[in-house]
Amino acid sequence: MDANLEEKYDIMDVSLLAGKIMLENGAETYRVEDTMMRIAQAFGIPESHSFVTPTGIMFSIETDEPTKTKLTRISRRTTDLYKVSAVNSISRRISAGELTTIQAYRELKELQTAPMFFSFMMQIFAAASASGCFVILLKGSWDNVLPAMIAGGLAYFIVLKVSDVVPTMFFSEFMAALAGGTLSYLFYRIGFGGDLDRIIVGALIPLVPGLLITNAVRDLMAGHFISGLAKGAEALLTALAIGSGIAVVMTFI
Amino acid sequence: MTILSNMLLSFLAAASFGVMFNVPKKLLVKCGTVGMAGWMVFFFLSEHAVDPLPSTVAAAFTVAVIGHVYARVYKTPVIIFTVAGIIPLVPGGTAYRAMRAFVQNDYENALSLAAKAFMISGSIALGLVLSDVFYQLILRKKMRPENDAAV
Repeated sequence: MDANLEEKYDIMDVSLLAGKIMLENGAETYRVEDTMMRIAQAFGIPESHSFVTPTGIMFSIETDEPTKTKLTRISRRTTDLYKVSAVNSISRRISAGELTTIQAYRELKELQTAPMFFSFMMQIFAAASASGCFVILLKGSWDNVLPAMIAGGLAYFIVLKVSDVVPTMFFSEFMAALAGGTLSYLFYRIGFGGDLDRIIVGALIPLVPGLLITNAVRDLMAGHFISGLAKGAEALLTALAIGSGIAVVMTFI
Repeated sequence: MTILSNMLLSFLAAASFGVMFNVPKKLLVKCGTVGMAGWMVFFFLSEHAVDPLPSTVAAAFTVAVIGHVYARVYKTPVIIFTVAGIIPLVPGGTAYRAMRAFVQNDYENALSLAAKAFMISGSIALGLVLSDVFYQLILRKKMRPENDAAV
C-alpha cells in the first residue's frame, strides 16, 4: 500500500517536472496540460486534471485514495524550443511504454539543466543576421545591412546580459532598444548607412516577442483565457518597453 | 533578382530566429522554409497591390498550415515551425513609425499607424486561427488518424 502510494507521487513528480520544463521554455499552455495528462495516463492513472497558467501549474490525480494535488511555481521563463521538443519526445516514449517512472524522471532532470545547444556567440550572430535580412526584406538598400547587423547584435547581447543581472521584467528590452537605437543613430550620423528608420527597425527585430504573440493567440483559441491574456499582456508590455527605449532615443535626435 | 534575394533572406531570417530560440539543429532548415513560404506569400500579394491585412492573413495561414504538416511528419510541437515563420509578418516597421510619430507629437498619424499595426497583428492571429480550423477539419482526417500526442 505504501509503495503504491509512493509510486503515485512519483508519477505526479514526473508529470509536473515535464510540465514545468515545457512551460519554462516556451510551450503553449494546452500542450503542457495535454502532455502532463498523457504521461499520467501512460503510467496508469486514467483521470488527472491540470491547470496551467504562465506562473504556476496545479496538477491533481484521481485514484482509489483521496485526490492528490501538487503545485509548482514557474518563476523563470525563457525560450528554448529544443527542450520543448525533447520533453515531447520523452512523453511519446513514456506513452509507448519505453520508460519507467524513475528513468523518465532522471531524463527530465538531466534535460532541465542542459545548456542551450547554440552558444552565446552563435545566438548573437543569429540575431545580427536576422537584423541584416530584415533591412532588405523591408525594402531597404544593401548599405544599411551592416549597421543594422551590428546594432541588432548589440541589442540582443544586451537583452541576454541585462536580464541575467537585473531581474526586473521588461527592463532588458528597454535597455536593448535604447542601446540599439543609439548605435543606429551614431552610425547614421557618421554616414555608415543612409536610412535611419530601416536600420533601427532591423536592429530591433530580434527583440520582437514573436513567441509570446503566437502562444497568446493559440492559448486563447484553445480556451485557456487566463494564460492567453497573460501572455498577450506580456507581449504588449514587451512591445511597449521596446517602444519606450526607441522613444528615448528619438527625443534626443 | 528581388524575388531571389527575398527568398534567400527570408529563409536566412527564419533560420536565424530558429537559432535564437534554440530550435533543434536538424529542424533549422525546415524552419527556414516555413518562414520563406510565409514571407513569399506576403511578398507576392503585396507586389500585386493586395492590402497588407489580407496578405498577412494569407501568409500567417500558409505558415501555420505548413507548420502543422511538418509537426505531423517530424513529430515535434508545431510552435517550433510557426514561431520563426510568423516573425517576418509582425508589423515592426509600422509600430516603429507609430512610436516615432507619438514622440514627435504627431498624434493623428501616430494613432492611425498604431491602429494599422494593431490590425496587422490581428490579421496574424486570424491567419493562425483559420489554419487551426482548417487543420482540424481537413488535415487531421486525411493524415494518419492515429491518436498520438497532440501536435
